[in-house]
Amino acid sequence: MSELKERTVTVNGVAARVWEKGEGTPAGYFPGYGGAPRWHAFLDALAAKRKVIVPSLPGFPGGGLGHLKCDSHLDWVIACGDLLDFAGLSGGDLIGVGFGGALAADVAAIFPQKVRKLALVSAYGLYDDKDPIANIWAQRPGAAPKMLCVKPERFAELTAMPNGYNPVEWRIEMIRAAEAGARLLWPFGNTHLDRRLGRIKQPVLLLRGSEDKVMPASYQQKFASGIGANAKTATIAGAGHLAELDAPDEVARAILGFLD
Amino acid sequence: MKICWFHLMPYTDLPEDFQQKHNSVWVDIDSRLFDPKRAHHMYNDFMDELEFAADCGFDAICVNEHHSNGYGMMPSPNLIASTLARRTRDTAICVMGNSLALYNPPTRVAEEFAMLDCISGGRLIAGFPVGTPMDTCYAMGQNPSMLREKYREAHDLVMRAWTEKDAFSFNGRYNQIPFVNVWPRPVQQPHPPIWIPGGGSIETWQWCAEMDYVYAYLSYFGYKAGMETMQGFWSEMKRLGKDLNPYRAGFLQFVGVAESHDEAMRIYKEPAEYFYGRSLHVDSPYAMPPGYTTEETIRRKFGSQVMKVATSGGERMAKVATDIKFIEDEGYVILGSPDEVAEKLLKVAREMNVGHLMLLLQYGNMSKDLANYNTKLFADKVMPQLRSLFDDKWEDLWWPKPMPKAERAIPARVTREAAE
Repeated sequence: MSELKERTVTVNGVAARVWEKGEGTPAGYFPGYGGAPRWHAFLDALAAKRKVIVPSLPGFPGGGLGHLKCDSHLDWVIACGDLLDFAGLSGGDLIGVGFGGALAADVAAIFPQKVRKLALVSAYGLYDDKDPIANIWAQRPGAAPKMLCVKPERFAELTAMPNGYNPVEWRIEMIRAAEAGARLLWPFGNTHLDRRLGRIKQPVLLLRGSEDKVMPASYQQKFASGIGANAKTATIAGAGHLAELDAPDEVARAILGFLD
Repeated sequence: MKICWFHLMPYTDLPEDFQQKHNSVWVDIDSRLFDPKRAHHMYNDFMDELEFAADCGFDAICVNEHHSNGYGMMPSPNLIASTLARRTRDTAICVMGNSLALYNPPTRVAEEFAMLDCISGGRLIAGFPVGTPMDTCYAMGQNPSMLREKYREAHDLVMRAWTEKDAFSFNGRYNQIPFVNVWPRPVQQPHPPIWIPGGGSIETWQWCAEMDYVYAYLSYFGYKAGMETMQGFWSEMKRLGKDLNPYRAGFLQFVGVAESHDEAMRIYKEPAEYFYGRSLHVDSPYAMPPGYTTEETIRRKFGSQVMKVATSGGERMAKVATDIKFIEDEGYVILGSPDEVAEKLLKVAREMNVGHLMLLLQYGNMSKDLANYNTKLFADKVMPQLRSLFDDKWEDLWWPKPMPKAERAIPARVTREAAE
């Protein structure tokens, strides 16, 4: 496997970090709550078979203050479409988790030529009053990791400050990631994606962790019904909302099996 | 110095076991606890108290805006202010204020405040809060990441609506209006004094300095906790080259005055413990939506006591204070005889360099009789000891300039009997 490479692209005048590792057909990753502040085991498992590219979403770690350029959902989707182009991902496969899943789904729906195959893990974008998504922004301090992961220590590892970093600036970067997610999806995560799911013609894999405390199980079926016959579903046993942190190898195996 | 009488309009009948059995006084407060027929009396009592404070000679009477809140029953302070404008003659009416980003379009605020200024003959103080996270983001659904941008744009729109003489189109980031042409216009020209309630963000201090607005620190935790914030405000004013006119600032303080300190401890114990125990029972998930606090403020406050409390695991937003001794020791409420209260308030005002003292003399489940007793005793025996502070050196440039008294209308209800 090749070494992790880092470069910078510019979207809306704001620098965005792009990580890349591995060889083969490109597969992009739009992470969920908290973004991707560091390279982690799931990405390594993917990079064993694919060239994995992780562009930083606006406002998420590595994405600077790009979220402040996005006022509408259209702004977000165009920024993410541009990111795919600039990061060398256009025409490749795309994996979206949680918050990132909402964006990945819309990019696939609106710019079909940019996405070959789409894997969504507990993606946001829909909202059902009768079966609401848990409100990740209305939790007591310290409660979020337990909602996001069966193994909350995995989320703590993801967001732990690297050596040599300024603690204040690291904390701000983590809060900014939460803010960017809120800017995109406040208050429910409803981007009215239901109106566009039928436009997704690519093959789609819909994954969820069986222990997801954020996104009810019914949402996987809602996505499947909205997309149609090109969608298939699978469940990762014992994993939570950020399933790729709880079960990196299992999620990577399921996705690689689908992409190949 | 100016002495303002502030009402939060708290619901006074929260059950004794409210803290144990209910999650929060704010946002998700149980609506089954609200008895509209009791609220009928509460609202009328509260308005009586505000009018009584005006009669007693307070410089201003103040109201504010909260939503889904068991200690603040004024989702629309303008409704209350309009009755006060009719029922009082000379007192300034401080609406502290309208959370600009919650009004769609914000020209609504320009219109209603202009109405209030006209009805009152130019006695309005216009408060423009951003609004708390509980009110704005959770009860009213605003996006915390856009709230301050919307607030600033709404402010610019309101100010242009008041000051531009010709109709204009407003093509903003969040508001697009083909014809902005507010009718009526405020009596006070170019506009009523602007006061900004804030919670200690450095950008708000800088903005108040830039715009020449009053900064009012409205904390429920008294002068001891507020000192650090006000010192930060003044050092920023100094850094920006502003004069240290105490009328640039306002500060909120709870007070209970009686014939003696022991008597004050005895009679204000229940309402104070009710307020800090029940009224401030706010659940922490609603206190810190991401994006509400600016990055610059996080940088400045990181490591400070404020941020430690706000981010500590599972801790309530308010320190749970259910004991009157603790409440007094911490300075949340100043209690004592008239002379003792005057001495403390003089010290606080001097040390904080605050020219606008905003006093809560009704709090918690305090009855109208006790609120009026507190108000009258304060007006008779404390206020005269405070009045002259600062006036030898400083002019209050942020106070309403009403129409001359002789030119103002006298509300005169004509009864049917008299007409016949």
